[in-house]
Amino acid sequence: MEFFRNSNIDFLGKKWYFLAFSLIFSIAGLLSIFFWHGIPFGVDFKGGTLVYVKFANTPDLKAIRTDMDRAGLKDPKIQRYGETYNNEVLVALEQRETSEAALDQGKNTIIKALQAGEQQQSGKMDLNNTGPSSIQQYLVSKDPLHLGGIDASARYLVVAQQIDDFRNKQRGGVLRSVDELKGVAPPEVVSAMEQDFYTSNFAVRNVEIVGPQVGGQLRKQALWATLYSLGGMLVYLWFRFELIYGVGAVVACFHDTIITIGFFSLLNRDITLTVIAAILTLIGYSMNDTIVVYDRIRENIKLLRRDKLSDVVNKSINQTLSRTILTSGLTFLTVLSLYVFGGEVLRGFSLALVIGILIGTYSSIAVAAPMLVAYQEWRASKTGRATLPAASAPRQKVKAKA
Amino acid sequence: MIKNQTIKVVIIIAVLIFFLFGIFGIPQSFTPAGLLAAMQQRIHLGLDLKGGTHLILQVQVNDAINADSNRAVERLKDDLKSKNILYGEIVQPDQQNHPEIINVNGVSPQSIADFRSLVADRLPDYDLTSGANNSFTLIMRPSVVKDTKTKAQQQAIETIRNRIDQLGVSEPVIQEHGLGDYQILVQLPGVDDPARVKEIMQSTAMLEIRQAIGGPYNSEQEAMQANGGILPANAVLLKGKNIGGSNSQESYWVVTRASAVSGNDLRTADAGRDENGRPDVKFTLTGEGGRRFYAFTSAHVGERLAVVLDNKVMEVATIQEAIRDEGRITGTFTEQQTQDLSLTLRSGALPAGIKYLEERTVGPSLGADSIRAGVRAAIFGMVAVMVFMLIYYKFAGINADLGLFLNLVILLGFLGFTSATLTLPGIAGVILTIGMGVDSNVLIFERIREELRHGKTPPQAVDQGFKHAWITIVDTHVTTIVSAIILFLFGTGPVRGFAVTLSFGLAANLFTSVFVSRVIFDSILSRHQRGEALSI
Repeated sequence: MEFFRNSNIDFLGKKWYFLAFSLIFSIAGLLSIFFWHGIPFGVDFKGGTLVYVKFANTPDLKAIRTDMDRAGLKDPKIQRYGETYNNEVLVALEQRETSEAALDQGKNTIIKALQAGEQQQSGKMDLNNTGPSSIQQYLVSKDPLHLGGIDASARYLVVAQQIDDFRNKQRGGVLRSVDELKGVAPPEVVSAMEQDFYTSNFAVRNVEIVGPQVGGQLRKQALWATLYSLGGMLVYLWFRFELIYGVGAVVACFHDTIITIGFFSLLNRDITLTVIAAILTLIGYSMNDTIVVYDRIRENIKLLRRDKLSDVVNKSINQTLSRTILTSGLTFLTVLSLYVFGGEVLRGFSLALVIGILIGTYSSIAVAAPMLVAYQEWRASKTGRATLPAASAPRQKVKAKA
Repeated sequence: MIKNQTIKVVIIIAVLIFFLFGIFGIPQSFTPAGLLAAMQQRIHLGLDLKGGTHLILQVQVNDAINADSNRAVERLKDDLKSKNILYGEIVQPDQQNHPEIINVNGVSPQSIADFRSLVADRLPDYDLTSGANNSFTLIMRPSVVKDTKTKAQQQAIETIRNRIDQLGVSEPVIQEHGLGDYQILVQLPGVDDPARVKEIMQSTAMLEIRQAIGGPYNSEQEAMQANGGILPANAVLLKGKNIGGSNSQESYWVVTRASAVSGNDLRTADAGRDENGRPDVKFTLTGEGGRRFYAFTSAHVGERLAVVLDNKVMEVATIQEAIRDEGRITGTFTEQQTQDLSLTLRSGALPAGIKYLEERTVGPSLGADSIRAGVRAAIFGMVAVMVFMLIYYKFAGINADLGLFLNLVILLGFLGFTSATLTLPGIAGVILTIGMGVDSNVLIFERIREELRHGKTPPQAVDQGFKHAWITIVDTHVTTIVSAIILFLFGTGPVRGFAVTLSFGLAANLFTSVFVSRVIFDSILSRHQRGEALSI
């Protein structure tokens, strides 16, 4: 089985189409970044409060919004999250609602607002939103088993953890009544807890609170990591090929990064830390693709000394086309499976890779390779001398070793 | 040739067994459940997969500098008094932002030489500069400032670790957080109750014994009136903790700014009961602290001392006689409170306040969902790739699939050996490695096909194919490893986990796609009849 046998496509002849395509996507992205959604930084970079709440029944978003308004929270983002049957809701507060002095104030306000929205159970604690060490603390002070002695706190910790495990592993985080604990904890404990606890119809599953200071630091760190990794690769390519190859590859990567971030801006999807990891990955991937083509160009320049550079480049792209399409196709397949099956947490990450692999493959053919030809033509027009940007010295040695 | 080949096969099998050991160790049983348990013991899951609490704290290191400067001011005043050097006043002009600066005004002109030698002798950590009108500025040396701040951070890490340890959390991470200055990262697997953790951690438990100058007063106004509207320069007004029985009544005390001894001087603290059966906390002091406490108490017999915990007066007692190194805190405590208090005291005091910068909690059920989704995606992606390779490259596809499988074993084995942590982005890194692993195979196979098309014999084609593809593979892998290393150096948390699995995966990939694949090709070729076509 074989695709693309002896393909002979004139890629360089289409360079104006490529240029138009790249410009349209880059400019659309840049327009969105500057005039529409901006760079939609997630909570990691912007700071803010995210609270993921799981409900026992289908959540009523309108009622939640009313609760939040009543608690005085300004315009929180409230949306369904993940699979519908999970009954999960994400409540997000902007950074300015996240206090520097009391970081978890926003979270506590959200929980209180949700509790207030239910039938009041005055004086009782909400079992679904009480952690194991607080349960332990309660049990130690109440001492329903009359342990009294020294190791009471250790023994109640075991009971509290059993309760917590049961709630999380058997009941998906939300208990419907304290009664459900019968058989899980000693009967004395359950009857004591029935006095002092009630069960709300929700539980907080996940919390992310990032103060403004950390957000700024992370943003700076991500930017530097990206620039350093581009710089590192430029230096390596300079060393292995020639400077213009490095420049071409880095420009192609830059192109991919701008288009990917532009896509996120157009779709208004949050750029989180893991999305940055994905962008760095796609830089590596796109570089990978570019190097394969460059490597072939370098090899062919020596074999076909009489040919025009544009012909050599065309031939090289065609020779590697089968590999390019296959690898991209297969990597795309794994990334797509990540996007489809990887769950909500990985969705942003895999979206960046899905876009990035398409763009990265395209850019090595349509941006990186034509740049070599453009550079050579520019030099020829300037000096009247058509030299090929070949890099042969270090290569010969490597070959001899291999 | 044959012998050489055998050695290579032995190497491959040895590597396989070695890394299988890395994944499973020596399992108790070879049932699927036993293997899974063995694997879970070797490969550590990150907080995002296991569930838990993640906090980033800022140590307010200026607190520690300020405490040092307070002590220096007190010491300077004492020394100037004992040497009969007259001065106007000694102040810290900006305690908030520049606690390292102390101003001394109006030193009497005839004592300036004495003053200079005294400062040089007694406060060697400060640089002295003179200003107009016989005023002087003492600035803590930058190296000392840095040292004090670093120490404050380290002590904060130690203190938090001690407190967390006593909570009984398994495998907690408490370490310097590299992103900002003087930040601490705290990760507590399995704890989804950050409020309680913070309660234990944040109770700074800054225990001090100071001299009580006046009180108790019922209100701030009363305290100010009693002191003529202005407090003495070396004194502060602190709230008291319901002393004197009447619970709802607030009390206020005027106490000295500097402390005689602090939590740093504490050796032990234990919860117990006093002679009336009320819960209390007994403490003993270190030798140095004991000496200071003795000096203080013997100088102030008949006066009152205040036990101050976190800037709250816990107890005030009249000093009956000089006390050397033992004391007691009593009050209206419950037993749980005395236990918590002695725990915090025992863990040592935080030398500076802490502020929370970041808080994340991952519920355990969410982590389990993520693992399922990630593993499902990885398996699906891998199976799809394997099936495709078989169809597209026929027999050589088996070669690629074996390589992929071995790649995964080596990668997981690496994680087991190095006890690196597998995070959710780490799983993504595994999936990406699968993609890159395929790329190397595709590069080689396509090149072999090309050489075959040019009329080379199968052995020549395989040889040339590997030779040419090798250079490209090295270039692509090195560039990606360069970016993975940069990610590791400049990234934090989950991003690092991704960089680790990616680097391991790439290293494994070089081995499987170049070495293993070549061995398989060679062993096929050695059984080949001359002129028979290669199944690729």
